[in-house]
Amino acid sequence: MTDNDDYILQLENVSKFFGTVIALQDVTLRLRRGEVHCLLGDNGAGKSTLIKTLAGVHQPSRGRYLVEGKEEHFTSPREALDDGIATVYQDLALVPLMSVARNFFAGREPMRKLFGLIPVMDIDYAARVSEEKLADMGIHIRSPHQAVGTMSGGERQCLAIARAIHFGAKVLILDEPTAALGVKQSCNVLKLIHTARARGISVIFITHNVHHAYPIGDSFTLLNRGQSMGTFAKQDIAKEALLDMMAGGAEIQGLVAELEGRVAA
Amino acid sequence: MSSTSSPLLRTTSKDPITVQSGAMQSSALQNDERVRRISPWRSFISRPEFGSIAGTLLVFVLFGIFAGHSGMFNLDGVMNWAQVAAYLGIIAVGACLLMIAGEFDLSIGSMIGFAGMMMAVPSMFMGWPMWASVLFAFLGCMALGGLNGYLVMRTRLPSFIVTLAFMFILRGLTLVLSTYFSNSTIVSGVGDKVSSDPVMSTLFQGSTLHGLFVWLAHTGIIDKLPNGEPIVAGMPKVLLWWLLLALGAGFVLSRTRFGNWIFTVGGDSAAAQNVGVPVRRVKISLFVFTAFCACLFGVLQVADVGSAAADRGLQKEFEAIIAAVIGGALLTGGYGSVLGACFGALIFGVVQIGISYTSFDSDWYRVFLGAMLLLAVLFNHYVRLHATRSK
Repeated sequence: MTDNDDYILQLENVSKFFGTVIALQDVTLRLRRGEVHCLLGDNGAGKSTLIKTLAGVHQPSRGRYLVEGKEEHFTSPREALDDGIATVYQDLALVPLMSVARNFFAGREPMRKLFGLIPVMDIDYAARVSEEKLADMGIHIRSPHQAVGTMSGGERQCLAIARAIHFGAKVLILDEPTAALGVKQSCNVLKLIHTARARGISVIFITHNVHHAYPIGDSFTLLNRGQSMGTFAKQDIAKEALLDMMAGGAEIQGLVAELEGRVAA
Repeated sequence: MSSTSSPLLRTTSKDPITVQSGAMQSSALQNDERVRRISPWRSFISRPEFGSIAGTLLVFVLFGIFAGHSGMFNLDGVMNWAQVAAYLGIIAVGACLLMIAGEFDLSIGSMIGFAGMMMAVPSMFMGWPMWASVLFAFLGCMALGGLNGYLVMRTRLPSFIVTLAFMFILRGLTLVLSTYFSNSTIVSGVGDKVSSDPVMSTLFQGSTLHGLFVWLAHTGIIDKLPNGEPIVAGMPKVLLWWLLLALGAGFVLSRTRFGNWIFTVGGDSAAAQNVGVPVRRVKISLFVFTAFCACLFGVLQVADVGSAAADRGLQKEFEAIIAAVIGGALLTGGYGSVLGACFGALIFGVVQIGISYTSFDSDWYRVFLGAMLLLAVLFNHYVRLHATRSK
């Protein structure tokens, strides 16, 4: 990690306590500009707390949070968002009953003046842009006025990501984007991450699935029980080694061995 | 909450996707073979207000059959049920927006009675001028609405419970005030005081467009009384208020940024928070608006009837909610329309007044409304399943 120190986002020795619970302890995470950084960890490893700290929902109890080398103290997700740090949560922040266009621009409605006087939402613009951006992601919708509830999980994921990119995200934090998806849809999301990187966006990809993380990731940080087990560049670590380090990796191999043994016997 | 509008400005210029060539954008124009087109009829029936429009037609047909020759559809008959619909329509508009935002206000009905007292007591017993009392009533109600909203947002308790408490508190206070000052449950003489205030009587009393109605009577389009006056003196102010309020609220809901916020907040308030919508501000301001509507109802009624009474607006909260639900609003929020709520209120007016024009016993009124409500809820439930079903 010495060749390129152009970090867009840094957490330096960050700890987060909730009362007596130590959710994160001395975690260091450095995101290079334009890389896909995978954050791996099992349930309860502290991934959610880490994301929420990055997104400005939580403030670190100890340690420093730097954006482009400058220390920041976000007090709300809005501030992080204004700094170009967009988080796509698992629930996607989409409203199923609302149309695609209205969802896409919720909270950041495009405006125009009716009769040059009354500010109204520019629904035509919202419809056109949301349809275009989804088409860029390879998703063709019946109409931008259809309810988001009629879209599949993968399409919704793409909509949320397309929205974040459209609103000028420099850093995209994806919280388990492939967790609820099928094989093909997961593949689409991975492609999308690749597209985002190609456009110069830095990505933090949170997952517990090494098979999804390894093909797309440039570097990997492993989290276990609130502590970082280190960051590894892709060339320095093999997929199997990552699997082994993941909590439960050894257990699964043990299980595999046991099952194979039974079949053999 | 620091900046809700600024990020918008930078969307197009810095956007990495728009910079790209048109080659990608043309893909939007290609049709996906898996994408099914929807017929205009199908998209019409899945609009929120479809149920209430169909219901209104049904009600008109029914009463056309059973009361077609009774004078119900003469101008004076129309004004009769239109006024009932207008009163309810005013509070239904407020209840509808609030319901779309995912909250209820059960204190609307009590607020109507309380507004009347806030208007009557200072003007009749404390020597306030009428305009000051009316202003006091509006400010008082809106403050109470704000308190309702603040408590709901602050405690995260269901608005059902918080406003249920206010339903009792305000109804009780109305009775207390009335008996304390006037020794009875009615404060009378308020109407005359309104009449003597030119601004207040212009705003809230009687009817308007008198000239038009006189002219219509002259040309024989509408009937005349024996003395030559038109059979209806003009358009009741309450109808005008309803029209203005509905147009305004409908416009805000469907066309403005705030309207989009209402849908977002009601659809999923966590999602709304995450995309930067000021959830608390949106909901509280809608509680205030609902209280404003209730106060308008109360003031118009006192000005029209002439007195304030402790039982005014009884059960109106339920009627307003029913009108909104018949109009397609979901009890869980995120879906509905002002137009629908207005048709819901119209159904109320037609049924309530119309039934006395028929040979039916008017006791059937509630049975009919209950059945209407059940039908509407079942229909809306089906629509929602349809709208949120994944492919």
